[in-house]
Amino acid sequence: MSEGGASVSERPEAATAASGRAGLPPAIELRGINKSFGPVRANRDVSLVIQKGSIHGIVGENGAGKSTLMSILYGFYQADSGEVFVDGRKANIVSPDDAIAAGIGMVHQHFMLVDPFTVLENVVLGAEGGALLAEGKAKARSELQRLEHEYSLEVDIDAVVGDLSVGLRQRIEILKALYRGAETLILDEPTGVLTPQEADHLFRILASLKEQGKTIVLITHKLREIMAITDNVTVMRGGEVAANVATKDTDTEQLAELMVGRKVLLRVEKTPAQPTETVLTVTGLNVVDGAGVRRVKDVGFTVRAGEIVGIAGVAGNGQSELLEALAGIRQPASGHIRVRDQDISAEHAVDARGMRELGLGHVPEDRHRMGLVMPFAANESSILGYHYDPAYNGRIIMERQKIIDLCAAQMKAYDVRPDNPLLTSANFSGGNQQKIVVAREMERNPDLLLVGQPTRGVDIGAIEFIHRRLIEMRDAGKAVLLVSVELDEIMSLADRILVMFDGAIVGEVAQSEANEQVLGLMMAGVSPDAADEVA
Amino acid sequence: MAGAAANTGVPRWVAVGLLPVINLLAAFLVSGLVILAIGENPLRALAILLNGAFGYQEGIGFTLYFTTNFIFTGLAVAVAFHCGLFNIGGEGQATLGGLGVGLVLLYLDFLPFVLILPVAIAAAVVFGAAWSYLPGLLQAKRGSHVVITTIMFNFIASALMVYLLSQILIKPGQMSPESREVAQHTWMPFMHDIFPIARSPWNGSFIVALLACAFLWVFVWHTRWGYEIRTVGANASAAVYAGISPSRNIILAMVISGGLAGMLGVNEIMGVNHRLILNFSAGYGFVGIAVSLMGRNHPVGIVLASLLFGALFQGGADLAFEIPKITREMVVFIQGLVILFAGALEYLFWPFLVAVFGREADTALAAAE
Repeated sequence: MSEGGASVSERPEAATAASGRAGLPPAIELRGINKSFGPVRANRDVSLVIQKGSIHGIVGENGAGKSTLMSILYGFYQADSGEVFVDGRKANIVSPDDAIAAGIGMVHQHFMLVDPFTVLENVVLGAEGGALLAEGKAKARSELQRLEHEYSLEVDIDAVVGDLSVGLRQRIEILKALYRGAETLILDEPTGVLTPQEADHLFRILASLKEQGKTIVLITHKLREIMAITDNVTVMRGGEVAANVATKDTDTEQLAELMVGRKVLLRVEKTPAQPTETVLTVTGLNVVDGAGVRRVKDVGFTVRAGEIVGIAGVAGNGQSELLEALAGIRQPASGHIRVRDQDISAEHAVDARGMRELGLGHVPEDRHRMGLVMPFAANESSILGYHYDPAYNGRIIMERQKIIDLCAAQMKAYDVRPDNPLLTSANFSGGNQQKIVVAREMERNPDLLLVGQPTRGVDIGAIEFIHRRLIEMRDAGKAVLLVSVELDEIMSLADRILVMFDGAIVGEVAQSEANEQVLGLMMAGVSPDAADEVA
Repeated sequence: MAGAAANTGVPRWVAVGLLPVINLLAAFLVSGLVILAIGENPLRALAILLNGAFGYQEGIGFTLYFTTNFIFTGLAVAVAFHCGLFNIGGEGQATLGGLGVGLVLLYLDFLPFVLILPVAIAAAVVFGAAWSYLPGLLQAKRGSHVVITTIMFNFIASALMVYLLSQILIKPGQMSPESREVAQHTWMPFMHDIFPIARSPWNGSFIVALLACAFLWVFVWHTRWGYEIRTVGANASAAVYAGISPSRNIILAMVISGGLAGMLGVNEIMGVNHRLILNFSAGYGFVGIAVSLMGRNHPVGIVLASLLFGALFQGGADLAFEIPKITREMVVFIQGLVILFAGALEYLFWPFLVAVFGREADTALAAAE
């Protein structure tokens, strides 16, 4: 099990004494859960105890098995072996219906709501209570009003869900679970799509739920959140429980170490930027999506050689479309993109290949959707976007051995494991897949590097590595544009920070002046001056 | 298809070799039960079928003649499949390919054979490709699904052939919708003309088919154009990210697919019938789907699957002849079962194989790390 953490109790049972209300059976107890998917052992002999009326955090890197464990608890998957106890009684949960009947509710990372329905309709969905809706809805209405009042979960129950903000939709998910009689609420990465202020509000709601005796299970990879609101925390690593510990007895450094299995550097060390000439100039850029909605609105900014410009914002505020327009994947509707002396506009559109020929590298936001071709061998994925390069093309035949050699060299330089260029791309872990993408884009020595969510779903060790590489690119005189929804990442890497809200740039903040309050308010659309005053 | 095998840890040979064999056995088992039910001996039927396909020179010749057709249509389905497209218009594209060959043989017969051969093959490819170009274009530019358009084009091709053969190309003074016989020097040589073997329809087109296999293998896996097609087929967003145009590659894949299907006309018109007739595509285009599926869209697999279906066609004909109770329809039924198990129910036994072989791979993977 864990090599570090001498002060941490390594036996699951020991956590029982850490906190919780004496005398009561635990809300949830898991004993010896095993689950394999083909050759992957997602959970190995997992045992943990969740005290009634507590907030219990589960942390771990992607692929550590936390989502699998919760899916077993919620009845999506069946464990290969092991037992689940709810309120001290053995429970046989084989479907979400069973879980709901046992008083377990789940708020998914991706909401399960029907957009054109009202809040009320969404809440009664699946619990209509008869063929005619009117009666069930009336009952639900009074019950919902009670719940809203009790837990300060204010939502307009007649509003159409599609019109509501992400934070409100999450509240509806919580209401849905409570309406179905949940005593234990599982939240899977609940803050991923929230502004810091919205997250704070969520935590207040969770605290009041706890006051009322509900049990909360919080799955996250953000250690700060664990420290802020949990009573106990379970650290998972490689499908196993690395530690169960009372939150007050630990700190972020120790948790990070337990997650990774070694010491990690959480802060990025860098010198002040030495920017030189302007590489990218964007003026009056508008981008329209496939449905005709304007996603990027009159955006203008510059990126100079030798600096990292960060674009912060809550996911879905136009950053993706902006990045895709800059990369030549989407054509601008109007406005100009200037890369060195080349002008790109709706009239003079340039595709992704053309942009690469202008000296652009692009680490896409979603490596599954864009960065790699999963059924391809790693070496084939390592030339995606550069497959036409004469370096490994004869007149007709591709020179496979050269491609394999190139991939092997990149794997070595970026510490990709396993370093086998013939292995299928899908069979690498998230962090290693990301390193393959990052290696491909950085090793081309681009003048301008676009980076989207470089560390999403990447383990801490790889995050450290990728951050260091980005700083090295900057110090080598490259212009870097970084788009990330992780505020920590933006604040530690970017020299200048632009905040996007609803397709427009709200304002710019220098790294030295950036803090979470200011950025958080800007991410909610408040102008920088006003944000300063409020903060 | 490949996605189903990924991440289960099942060894490749099980997915590529064992699974098709199990599917085939299942088809034979059900066929055997049916033969038993009509009061015949399934083992005797199997013996006759095998003997009919491989037991004597003429039988082998017929088997390989059928195989040739299946290779062309199987390759056609495969190349479209690599681009994520389901071309079920092999029938129509083969019909047009045959028309192209027929026109060359009918009207350019002043040329010597050495010139006729490449021109006829080119005509087969161009006519077949032209017939798949429109569905490809409609898919790429307008999103009209190729499954719908290609099958519609089959009907158009069939109607076009009827019109041409009954009104224009028909040999004057006869009733049946056929063209005149083409000049003998334009015929594709039969194998029995070259080698001292029994007479059969097996002809030089078989060599053309094997060359087409080699072409496909090089094109799909060893050129940048094949790389682009596979990227579009596996992940269209990644293709756009890489600056690869999905619409251009959809059209390219469909054109190559149609061209390969069109080459069936070389075997049928130039090799065997020596005149333009109706319905020479005879369902080969549809069986090509099963061939490609069973052959895992790979040329080697397609040759093996084509051989299987060739043997079923030829052995089945002998079977219907030898045992009168097993009618022609019964043989089609057996072929249908093979297509059902190999194609539609391809993954019927997959969970079982995962359960048996998945674990072993677990330890192999762990050892590798």
